[in-house]
Amino acid sequence: MTTADEPALTRDDVAHLAHLSRLELTDAELDTYLGQLGVILHSVARVGEVAGDDVEPTTHAVPQTNVFRDDVEVPCLPHAAALASAPASYEGRFRVPQILGEEA
Amino acid sequence: MSADLTRRSAAELASAIASREVSAVEVTRAHLDRIGAVDPDVHAFLHVSDELALAQAAEVDRAFDAGEQSASPLAGVPLALKDIVVQKGVPTTAGSKILEGWLPPYDATITRKLLDAGIVILGKTNMDEFAMGSSTENSAYGPTRNPWDLSKIPGGSGGGSSAALAAFEAPLAIGTDTGGSIRQPASVTGTVGAKPTYGGVSRYGVIALASSLDQPGPCARTVLDTAMLHEVIAGHDPMDATSIPQPVPNVVAAVRRGQADGVAGMKIGVVKQLGGQGYQPGVLSSFRSAVEQLQAAGAEIVEVDCPHFEYGLAAYYLILPSECSSNLARFDAMRYGLRIGDDGTASAEQVMSLTRGAGFGAEVKRRIILGTYALSAGYYDAYYGSAQKVRTLIRQDFEKAYQQADVLISPASPTTAFGIGEKVDDPMAMYLNDLATIPGSLAGIPAMSVPSGIAADTGLPVGLQIMGPALGEERMYRVAAAFEAGYLAEHGTTVPQQIPALEGTAR
Repeated sequence: MTTADEPALTRDDVAHLAHLSRLELTDAELDTYLGQLGVILHSVARVGEVAGDDVEPTTHAVPQTNVFRDDVEVPCLPHAAALASAPASYEGRFRVPQILGEEA
Repeated sequence: MSADLTRRSAAELASAIASREVSAVEVTRAHLDRIGAVDPDVHAFLHVSDELALAQAAEVDRAFDAGEQSASPLAGVPLALKDIVVQKGVPTTAGSKILEGWLPPYDATITRKLLDAGIVILGKTNMDEFAMGSSTENSAYGPTRNPWDLSKIPGGSGGGSSAALAAFEAPLAIGTDTGGSIRQPASVTGTVGAKPTYGGVSRYGVIALASSLDQPGPCARTVLDTAMLHEVIAGHDPMDATSIPQPVPNVVAAVRRGQADGVAGMKIGVVKQLGGQGYQPGVLSSFRSAVEQLQAAGAEIVEVDCPHFEYGLAAYYLILPSECSSNLARFDAMRYGLRIGDDGTASAEQVMSLTRGAGFGAEVKRRIILGTYALSAGYYDAYYGSAQKVRTLIRQDFEKAYQQADVLISPASPTTAFGIGEKVDDPMAMYLNDLATIPGSLAGIPAMSVPSGIAADTGLPVGLQIMGPALGEERMYRVAAAFEAGYLAEHGTTVPQQIPALEGTAR
């Protein structure tokens, strides 16, 4: 569906993006996404047709700046509640897998 | 008695409870019984809070019997809460396997407001995973079925909430709307749903999809019920930095005004770009009837031109994936949720990738990859940056249109409910369902869907979208209420009253 003058994704590109996104994908998923992402990118690239340099970006219907709330102490989440849904904990802390892999 | 209670509106139930004609426990029990009877077919709920709901109802009864002041005009009325809104101690999954079994340790601001108002939370409703979808087929827990026809989708992402209303399992529901997830489900189930102005209802405790678009809102079977719920959940919240520091709009008064005074003298704009190609004939003909009804009621109809709306879908499908790829980075298998592959030798990065690869569904992964691409160095300006500029152009189109008209109208969805399984393998076809709702999302304006009738070609309900200017909720509700009253006067019935009875119903 993508044409030559558009940024065609390769299978390696999709694999790289999946790695950046920390998503372990199967070969079948890579194949499916490669085709689908091409179609979607082809469609969304149209935004460039009208987004000139003189147009400011919009993020909120009612623009606000410098949003602060009152600086008052409020109770935070109890320690046990924060750990209650952890996949693993040890001595009152989150237990996580090793941060650096074998090769590091 | 029990079946009768589930057919009543929230406003009727609230006054019956307040006058002690019926107890809140009886009302809650009637709805729990109804869920027990029809939800095996409909599958609107992912979790039903039987005891918690009955305890809440009992507390409302105790307060009324003790002569205490009513917690709110909706005290004792049951509600279905979309599973993207956290409730302390109640399973919340956002439709994803990655959060299966998670018990949130806190309440969302809207959950707190509902509980404080004495509204009884019956349970958590099914949805497309992390609100990504238009059919509820992307739920990791199986699709929800449309009570009008169980082979059809109930819309999405809030298909559980819309189906719960249409199945008479609850008179009130909470939805969240990022690109149409309140309005499109309302449209295809013949119910009412309103997306407030962005920032009008707090997002604190609502699991984030696209932070610059997400907006929780009220859903019900009548415009008045929707407005009553709107007033309960709206208002400034210091816990949400995008919350608007403005008073709650007087939408209930606006509904009364619409019912009493109609739309005489109002200017209503028909958006030229929202109709025609891609819209089902039965939807267009229902829309034309709605326009004629409003015109006959004294509104002046004008056509408005919004040339940049055609870029809305493209901008939306850049902004949403970009923001969701960032938001969903929090599901890292470390502090809560699923963790797999932690065998003592795997690194945190490997565990994270394995967990996310297995815990997220196909659409979620597709959008995360798309967003990661759109935000990568060298593409940011061309994609996310340009899309944010398109939002400005669409906002300016709206601003020009509101110089000509008080509110704008269009069909809420290009088609009536389609078949389950029909579009699952074609993401672009699925994305087109949000064609009419996305411009309002990008501009952050308030917009709602009210039933405009039954499509002649499919026999399924059609939604009329009413869009107001930013903070223009009151005029939007006025038109919605006037239209609903006009439909009843003309047809002698409302669209929700025409929902077929489901088998398994206790009669």
